[in-house]
Amino acid sequence: MNPRLLPYFLIFPVTLFLCLFFLYPFVLVSQEAFSNENGYNLDNFREVTSYWKFPISLKNTFLLAAAVVPVQLALSLLMATMVNRMKRGRDLILYIWTIPLGISDLAAGIIWLAIFEQSGFLNSMLGGLGLIDSPTNFLSYQTPVMVFVAIMLAEIWRATAIMLVILVAGIGLIPKEYYEAGEVFGASPWQRFLKITLPLLRPSLQTALVLRVILAFEVFAVVQALGGTLFPVLMGETYAYQFDLLDGGAAAAIALIILAISITFTLIIMRALRVPKGATI
Amino acid sequence: MFLRLKIAGAASAFALCVGASAAQADVLFWSTQAKPVEEAQAMREQVLNGAGEVDYQPNDAGPWLTRLNAELQAGSGTIGVLGALHGDFSAMDPEDLADLDDLGIGASSDTFNDLAKLGTGSSQYIPWMQASYIMAANKKALEYLPEGADINSLTYDQLIEWSANVMEATGEAKFGFPAGPKGLKHRFFQGYLYPSYTNGVVRTFASDSAVTAWEKMKELWAVTNPGSTNFSFLQEQLLNEDVWIAFDHTSRLASAFNERPDDFVAFPAPAGPEGRGFMPVIAGVAIPRTAPDMEASKALVAHMLKPETQIATLKATNFFPVIDVELPSDLPPSVQAAGAAIATMSSSPDANPGLLPAGLGDKGGDFNRVYVDTFERIVLAGQPIEQVLEDQKRALERIMEETGAPCWAPDAPSEGACPVE
Repeated sequence: MNPRLLPYFLIFPVTLFLCLFFLYPFVLVSQEAFSNENGYNLDNFREVTSYWKFPISLKNTFLLAAAVVPVQLALSLLMATMVNRMKRGRDLILYIWTIPLGISDLAAGIIWLAIFEQSGFLNSMLGGLGLIDSPTNFLSYQTPVMVFVAIMLAEIWRATAIMLVILVAGIGLIPKEYYEAGEVFGASPWQRFLKITLPLLRPSLQTALVLRVILAFEVFAVVQALGGTLFPVLMGETYAYQFDLLDGGAAAAIALIILAISITFTLIIMRALRVPKGATI
Repeated sequence: MFLRLKIAGAASAFALCVGASAAQADVLFWSTQAKPVEEAQAMREQVLNGAGEVDYQPNDAGPWLTRLNAELQAGSGTIGVLGALHGDFSAMDPEDLADLDDLGIGASSDTFNDLAKLGTGSSQYIPWMQASYIMAANKKALEYLPEGADINSLTYDQLIEWSANVMEATGEAKFGFPAGPKGLKHRFFQGYLYPSYTNGVVRTFASDSAVTAWEKMKELWAVTNPGSTNFSFLQEQLLNEDVWIAFDHTSRLASAFNERPDDFVAFPAPAGPEGRGFMPVIAGVAIPRTAPDMEASKALVAHMLKPETQIATLKATNFFPVIDVELPSDLPPSVQAAGAAIATMSSSPDANPGLLPAGLGDKGGDFNRVYVDTFERIVLAGQPIEQVLEDQKRALERIMEETGAPCWAPDAPSEGACPVE
């Protein structure tokens, strides 16, 4: 086979798969979003954005992403560095830390609900320690901050591992020589982290952040389980339009809005963390 | 030549096999009802036993509709019989359902049979089973009943006072309301609160008496367990005693009565100035136009309406028969409790029965959202009642105008679309 054609031949199956199962449905969804019984127009977008809950769910989605992703970034960097320094038991720790990855997000939401609800573990623990007299309700409309914190905790617990895995792989790729050179010149561990690890980790950070931010804008099941109707997010509105209101056009419109937000943030992250040509290890 | 013959032979043998297995294929009963595992199992083992080969598959309304629509769009399908609520069917195009008049069966209530026509001239589904919403209470709460209050003829004021008494005595708000994401709160507003206070649902949506109704709702909410926004099946909270007094669908209270029959009482919904509003729930069986074997499907629909099937259904799902049957004495505690409460409710002198929303087509979800949004804005977000009602009134008007749905009880009948006054 012509070696120039080989790469195209090799990516053909994947391209075909993506066209069939991503591009084609995407075109259908766009069509649905931009049309209704009166032909092609923006009515669906007007309908969903003028609904009183839309600004609230938009704000909540952004707020959650803004609160969760930086914490996860810091945590996963810390955990990745720790794992990297370990001599023994590294794999075991890594396996344990990535267990939440194997749990579906709804299950994760239910686990945290079991902790926070009125007859949940947290209440019985506090009661057992004699800190409270009667179980309090943490997840109620009167305590929106607590609802937010619970959702944040669940999200952090559930999805930090995906960043961790990517970063551990990235740190492993950084040549030891750089650190040795740093040490020779008397760089402190913190300086080595700032000047060697972080810059050289850029490609992995890029991937991890893009993945995580996209997932953050798609957050749904955890919020549904813990917040119920108290914390509307964009994905929840999509579900409500599709299944409660049976309005596929409006659901498609919100889905496209989420897609637009995801693409915008992906571009921003790619640009901010871009690796100049020729600067790769 | 020989090879070609062999292939042809193999192909026809294959076709024969496929044909034979298709003829013997189970009738797929695609349902949104009896979803919990034990109910689904009881449906398969008791209710559908003797109905031939039936594959009973319950599902959530979303996936249920997605598969059905896919089959309808494809023009061929495997679903034989549909089981769903009136609201699910009324959101469909009646053209997609086979006319069932030639079966010659139906509910004993003409109102139900009329609803089942979905605005056409013939039956689009056959009423299958019915339920309602009732109140349930832990017996521990009974000692706090307000003086002179009869549990079987409570008013909303007494309910509020009672819940306040319980709250005072225990330090916790113990009234439970299904305001969770899957909770049926909209039915409380449409079938209970509005009829009891305004004697209407649509016409009176933004009336002065509606303002009173929402004020009462706020009072009730003040003594309601704040976790109610996560409650969708009150039986759970009754059993773990987070809640002592609850309003919910009979089948969503059932396991409380079945697990601890001696601990709970069932009683009618409260009454307001315009009487004791209440509302039925109707589930029906229908046949999609794409059913693979129309005769088998019709036989299954007929089976569902037989007296013994109706009683087996009652035991399996806690939904009551729609035909006149004599109920046996060995019914589960939940059925006995709920049956008595419903009977008291419908025979009470101030009964003000409402009907399910009709004629809304696929706008049923939007209609429900008007009431849920009103609740969330007035009660949860604390926005001013008059302003929210004015605001939501426009959304309601738009739905009524778009669908042209005439008024249903307890609203006074209308010419054309039901007006929001």
